[in-house]
Amino acid sequence: MSVAAPAGTKIRESLLSRTAATLVMAVCTVYFLTPIWWLFVGASKSSEQFTSTNPLWFADFDLFANIGDLFAYRDGVFLRWMLNSVLYTGGAALIGTVLAAMCGYALAKYRFRGREVIFNVVLSGVLVPATALALPLFLLFSKVDATNTFWSVFLPSLVNPFGVYLARIYATASVPDELLEAARIDGSGEVRTFFKVATRLMFPALVTIFLFHFVAVWNNFLLPLIMLGDERLFPVTLGLYSWNTQVNQIPELRGLVIIGALLSITPLVVAFLFLQRFWRNGLGAGAVK
Amino acid sequence: MRTAFRAASALLVSALALTACGSGGDDEPGGTASAASCAPSSGPVTITYTTWIPGIENVVKVWNDKNPNIQVKVQTGPNGNGGTYQNFFNQLKAGNTPDLGHIEYDALPSFRVQDGLFDVASCDIVAKAKDQFIPWTWNQVSFGDDKSAWGIPQDSGPMALFYRADLFEKNNIAIPKTWDEYAAAAEKVKAAGGYITNFSQSDINQFAGFTWQAGGRWFANDGQQWTVNLTDDKTKKVADYWQNLISKKLVSTVPPWTTEWDNAYNSSSAWTWVSAVWGANSIMSGAPKTAGKWRVAPMPQWSAGEDVAGNWGGSATAVFKSSKHPYEAAQFALWLNTSEEALALLNKEAQLYPATTAGTKYSYLGNPVEFYGDQKIYEVFAEAAGKVTPDFTWGPTMTSTYANASDGFKAAVSGSGTLEEALAATQKSTIETLKSQAIPVKE
Repeated sequence: MSVAAPAGTKIRESLLSRTAATLVMAVCTVYFLTPIWWLFVGASKSSEQFTSTNPLWFADFDLFANIGDLFAYRDGVFLRWMLNSVLYTGGAALIGTVLAAMCGYALAKYRFRGREVIFNVVLSGVLVPATALALPLFLLFSKVDATNTFWSVFLPSLVNPFGVYLARIYATASVPDELLEAARIDGSGEVRTFFKVATRLMFPALVTIFLFHFVAVWNNFLLPLIMLGDERLFPVTLGLYSWNTQVNQIPELRGLVIIGALLSITPLVVAFLFLQRFWRNGLGAGAVK
Repeated sequence: MRTAFRAASALLVSALALTACGSGGDDEPGGTASAASCAPSSGPVTITYTTWIPGIENVVKVWNDKNPNIQVKVQTGPNGNGGTYQNFFNQLKAGNTPDLGHIEYDALPSFRVQDGLFDVASCDIVAKAKDQFIPWTWNQVSFGDDKSAWGIPQDSGPMALFYRADLFEKNNIAIPKTWDEYAAAAEKVKAAGGYITNFSQSDINQFAGFTWQAGGRWFANDGQQWTVNLTDDKTKKVADYWQNLISKKLVSTVPPWTTEWDNAYNSSSAWTWVSAVWGANSIMSGAPKTAGKWRVAPMPQWSAGEDVAGNWGGSATAVFKSSKHPYEAAQFALWLNTSEEALALLNKEAQLYPATTAGTKYSYLGNPVEFYGDQKIYEVFAEAAGKVTPDFTWGPTMTSTYANASDGFKAAVSGSGTLEEALAATQKSTIETLKSQAIPVKE
């Protein structure tokens, strides 16, 4: 009896904690997935059924007709917005990741005067929200007459202080000095060493930086809002927002906004599904070391 | 999107504070008119025009094809309070506003106090065109001053009563002609299992329209300072009236412009809506199941025999002060807002209801509308447009006034406080906002 009791308690405890953990996870899952489910169901309905049927279950399945309507509306301006978003975010995240990697690597591997000062200045940049920078950026771009252009959104999106921070931490941890010495002795130039040796070792961190950056630019709504006036330059977030503000007067836009919102989250979902493997690695490595 | 909007409004507040510091208190509406002249430019010009009217490029194309020397370039964005006004303020600061901007009547004074607008009354073509506009719409851009105009009226939102003819008939309820009859009808509708209407708790513009009709005047400007009066007798009368309906639960109070709200109409739980002309479209798309059952009648009156309407919405096309081609900008704005071809297109693309007297009588507005049982509903609105009283003035800080009133109204609807208390609180906070922006205000 006295031997069996503790074992029984132990099992019961772990069962309890496991159930509790599962419950918390289940609640979280429901919490996060319900809006997406709602969005998917809503996007599959005609505008008539949208208000009159159960919001969490299907009526007639009109998803493809709705997508067709969305693509046809105003000469397919929505597709143009999607393309813009991919260009702004994909382009900025790609170049931004390379910049952050170079910067972080240099800060980690080279010794020069003012290194820590530079690093700290970059680090303090992490604390400044993008929102607060939008208006000053607008005034700067106004000075050079470059507002309402592709570059007015693209250029400010290239920099990412958090990426620099992450790249430095990771380069310190994962790129051994001995390896760089060996490369130098073998006659490899600094630039070549960086691209051929360091980036390979830093790859998981670079994916993390890329994803962070991608999401940050995708969600940076205020900058395009302030900079852009030409509808053909809008990213999809701003375009859908503009439509959504007009729902009172043009009620048919509501349906388009919902379908558009569903389609606009797909690139993010795809990016995460493809890269989550690396993402997990990168996060873990950064956390332990 | 919600967080983005919140961020945008946070920025709006801070930027407003900044601009307020910059402009000091030296410039208020009705003060010295700007000395800028309005002369035609020589040679071809390009004009930029920022608006959020859907389909505007089709209208502008008609102009561009006919006027190779005055080419108009359209810029767009979210609606005014959704971000475009803030962009205008930023651009005013940076000195790169478009030539023309779309500004709703209730936002026009805030641009005027920032000294951002060009006085188009100084353009001879505008002065000549003044009589084409319905007098009250002109008053919305002149702020009651004969010698100036801070934009060209574009559209208007005269109000009327939308009602479910079938339900009223079936339950033997007469169509209310006065607000007293409307309240009496509300009891009968409740007994029949419905609500007479849905009171807009968060969109204060409907209440403003009711007040406008009743003769309440919230703001006034004598050239020196502003007077705020959200608690005059007329406004109180309107507030008490609706408070009574809310307290007796004779009206529903779902938030406006939501699917819930659409559903209240679609499922026949709300029987009437006192709304503006553009509301015709809202019902049509929000309540498709009720097609053919709606009719439109003039707005209920405060006393029998009276014949006054309110207004909800409407906007102007304003020329910004930094425009290099104000004459051509005004020329285009006049064509856009007075010519039959442009007004017909604006109505087709965006259901804009004209602000000119001739505009309300155009043939395309005389057609029977199937959704309303083939009633010629726009004839009702054309009459209402002529009966809106001319001297309602908006204040220079409507965004915050609306926000404060809306907070109070929401509380009142959920049972804490009354509409009248909400307005009294808004009165106080509006005066504070004006003072904090260094706008002279009488206390």
